[in-house]
Amino acid sequence: MAEPIVTYKNVTKSFDEVDVLKGINLDIAPAEKIALIGPSGSGKTTIIRLLMTLEEPTSGVIEVNGQNLWQMEKKGELVRANEKHLRQIRGDIGMVFQHFNLFPHMTILENCMTGPINVKGESKEEAKKNSIEMLEKVGLGDKLENYPNQLSGGQKQRVAMARALVMRPKVMLFDEVTSALDPELVGEVLEVIREIAKEGEMAMVLVTHEMDFARDVADRIIFLENGVIAEQGTPEEVLENTESERLQQFLSRFRS
Amino acid sequence: MFFGSLPMIFKGLWVTLGVTIACYLFAMVFGFVWVTLKRIPFKPFQWVVSFVLEFIRSTPPLVQLFFLFFGLPMVPYVGVSLSPFTVAVLGLGVHYSTYISEIYRSGIQSVDKGQWEASIALNMSVRDRWTKVILPQAIPPIIPMLGNYLIIMFKEVPLTSTVGVAGMLLMADKFGARNWAYLEPYTLVAIFFLLLSYPSAILIKKLENKMNRRFDKKDPTGAKNVKKGVAIDG
Repeated sequence: MAEPIVTYKNVTKSFDEVDVLKGINLDIAPAEKIALIGPSGSGKTTIIRLLMTLEEPTSGVIEVNGQNLWQMEKKGELVRANEKHLRQIRGDIGMVFQHFNLFPHMTILENCMTGPINVKGESKEEAKKNSIEMLEKVGLGDKLENYPNQLSGGQKQRVAMARALVMRPKVMLFDEVTSALDPELVGEVLEVIREIAKEGEMAMVLVTHEMDFARDVADRIIFLENGVIAEQGTPEEVLENTESERLQQFLSRFRS
Repeated sequence: MFFGSLPMIFKGLWVTLGVTIACYLFAMVFGFVWVTLKRIPFKPFQWVVSFVLEFIRSTPPLVQLFFLFFGLPMVPYVGVSLSPFTVAVLGLGVHYSTYISEIYRSGIQSVDKGQWEASIALNMSVRDRWTKVILPQAIPPIIPMLGNYLIIMFKEVPLTSTVGVAGMLLMADKFGARNWAYLEPYTLVAIFFLLLSYPSAILIKKLENKMNRRFDKKDPTGAKNVKKGVAIDG
């Protein structure tokens, strides 16, 4: 396996007295597609939020490209990372949220352009060209001047994906991106993710409840339970041939 | 006779308006200072700031004006005499800054947590998070509230006549004492306040409606807003 792009070393996270993650060890290879499954409260969303720097781990180390994300060296000592350090590493990570989190005061096009212009320093023309291209790819080339609240949930989520993709992250995180959608809108969003996954070079971590989708897209499926990685392997190993009773029980809820 | 006091009161009107605007600007800036201080993540410091805010808010503005004007010069060593104008701006300005800081806070809190997270996920600088994402959403909804406080403050400015600010009320007082005619000047003062406050209130109401509808109008195709039900999530 190539050098991992992300490494979790014995990472834990507690909220108040509750231990949400109890020692996560995980390597993510470049271009690897991982699906995180597990019952609610198992900590799967927390895993990716730590990587996006939306939460700080309680202990352990997360490395991105071999760089320690949450700690930095200062006068020969490891100290808590400051914003400058985080910003320098965070550029390789992108995220799509369950509730889209589009900027309501910006048009669809502006939503996509703001990152490249303000963060990556791209010229307006360049950012516009790339953003339009990306929005056309997710099938929203005709909505450029609309505002988010004029779109359906599925459309919003596709905009959110375009917004994250124009930043060209090396690792893209998907946090239950279809959970807030009406059932008839789930398909269009999953279709776009399949397309992105096929293109290849970007690593993807998907927190999802869509088992069929996970089987199609993922190279590896990780089953989380009570804050630890309980099972992991290829989709066949995890979804079909598992010997774990808990996992079988969990999966049976998705079979009708 | 009724309009005999008009020139004097008119002169006072400009003073009243000037003091109102000066107090208001001061309160807007100082309100920002309070919000910033309260965001410093150090608990004991926050307690102190909260206490000071509560103290200022729970004391009548008139008492604060008297303290600044009559009390402050008598404080040993550090006591200074301030002009009526300075006392008015400091007194009312600081008092109202505590309310305005609450308005700011409510505006910032009204922005969904997901907006912060999205701006972090895009790796925006702290400055861009505020200026490009949070403030453009936090400010429009509080503009009507800020306007209401401008009117409230305008009506509080006569308090400053007690420390010698020559606004409309003090001018009416003077006119009344000189001519032994109080009915006309005070009536005129009341009318002036009405004439300025009421249209302003209507204007603010209009502004409020406009702000509430600010995401509805901008459809380039001219079509009506797509589906009302889908507009919940940003």
